[in-house]
Amino acid sequence: MKIFESIGDYCILMAKVFKKPQKMSVFWEHLLKEIDKLGVGSMRIVMIISIFMGGILTLQVSYNLTNPFMPKYLIGLGNRDTLILEFSSTILALILAGKVGSNIATEIGSMRVSEQIDSLDIMGVNSASYLILPKIIACILFNPVLYILSVATGIIGGAIVGPVTGVVSMGDYVEGLVHTFNPFYVTFSFIKSLVFGFIIASVPAYYGYNVRGGALEVGKASTDSVVLSSIFILCADLIITQLFFK
Amino acid sequence: MIEVKNIKKSFQGREVLKGIDATFMPGQTNLIIGQSGSGKTVMLKSIVGIHEVDNGSILFDGKEVATMKFKERQKLRQEIGMVFQAGALFDSMTVADNIRFPIDMFTNMTKKEKDMRVDHCIDMVELENAHHLFPSEISGGMQKRVAIARAISLEPKYLFCDEPNSGLDPVTSIVIDKLIQRITRDLKITTVINTHDMNSVMEIGEKILFLYQGEKGWEGSSSQILHVDNEDLNRFIFASNILKKVRAIETK
Ligand SMILES: Nc1ncnc2c1ncn2[C@@H]1O[C@H](COP(=O)(O)OP(=O)(O)OP(=O)(O)O)[C@@H](O)[C@H]1O
Ligand SMILES: [Mg+2]
Repeated sequence: MKIFESIGDYCILMAKVFKKPQKMSVFWEHLLKEIDKLGVGSMRIVMIISIFMGGILTLQVSYNLTNPFMPKYLIGLGNRDTLILEFSSTILALILAGKVGSNIATEIGSMRVSEQIDSLDIMGVNSASYLILPKIIACILFNPVLYILSVATGIIGGAIVGPVTGVVSMGDYVEGLVHTFNPFYVTFSFIKSLVFGFIIASVPAYYGYNVRGGALEVGKASTDSVVLSSIFILCADLIITQLFFK
Repeated sequence: MIEVKNIKKSFQGREVLKGIDATFMPGQTNLIIGQSGSGKTVMLKSIVGIHEVDNGSILFDGKEVATMKFKERQKLRQEIGMVFQAGALFDSMTVADNIRFPIDMFTNMTKKEKDMRVDHCIDMVELENAHHLFPSEISGGMQKRVAIARAISLEPKYLFCDEPNSGLDPVTSIVIDKLIQRITRDLKITTVINTHDMNSVMEIGEKILFLYQGEKGWEGSSSQILHVDNEDLNRFIFASNILKKVRAIETK
């Protein structure tokens, strides 16, 4: 029963969020700040993780290619497709759900418990839209950018680790990268990253907005929201994959 | 004018407001007094609509809030200024930006006009040299004053202050009290102040409502309050000896 209530509350909140901003100039300013904080602020961690993962994936593919007749370029291809299809979209979204999600839940939650949200409401500001809309839009807009960044740095990671460890030559690796490239994979992951961007921002925002109590509850809301948005991301991945590859 | 009719409010089955009637007139300072936990904050929050009341009605200038449409309520709220007990400043914004926020949100002033308005509000609460500081960087009393400046930045029609001078020294307390009284008179706004500070009561209490365990214990003005025959009220007022002495002198 509780779960239906929560879904209902979530939908009601989203209906409040997706209203035309009361003051466009304030909204734009706010949106830029959020893009900077949630998006640009995540670029470094995305690059670090992706460069390592690209390297690791390259090693894994090569060590699993035990048949000597298998062409070496498969290593580049394997790395590329894993990054494009799942790693840079889904795994990255899970990582961002932790970083960005806990940030959003904590920020909104502490505003709730310190009565800042009540204060906005009393002024006649639509607090849900004012606080949450810029975050959701920022995540939806910037998540695909992070996706591209992740694919690029992951490929670079492979290009460094492969030749350095000697598992694949640069020539073979690059040949793999361009071999039978299917642009649809990118479109598919792009769509996923839009959906994930929405989940990463909206689920923690819901948790933060509905916190009751004090600092302790804010911490709990933050943890709970990361768990739930991770589950949502994986469910969404499953559904979208089934829809597109059927 | 704000009219409150028989409002009741419970939390988890415990009744905090037990049917309160009150009328708050514009241009005068209306005080709600009472011990800690008597329900002052709940009453104020119920009037402004942060808490939904379980029973009773609340009328702003004759219009019942419960029957208002969303847009109307939004409009009404832009005419309300509120100072929360804990300040509730936006901690991601500087002092000046906190005060500027309602102005940015609801007016189309030019940047220059806004700056002037903000400076004017900061002057009113005597807060020079704090423009660029964040709420975490100023003292509790300064936070209160910023909250007041923010509440009056749009020249509200209704002003609610939840213990505006708790945590302030006696000098600043009086300054704040007088300030609130002055803008109340000058702008003919309806002001409701929660307090348990007897200094404020004696200084600016034009109309006083005494809450006792969620009920209206007494109602009157500061000139009457020292001579009332109400045990609960007397216990509250004469908790400090000074006022006992004042009464003794007055009755002589
Ligand atoms: N959100 C809430 N949930 C449950 N109980 C509440 C809530 N808010 C207030 N109460 C209860 O209502 C009672 C009155 O609280 P209120 O905050 O109105 O007191 P107060 O008169 O403002 O006291 P103080 O002078 O200390 O601020 C208290 O017993 C409090 O526990
Ligand atoms: Mg209180």
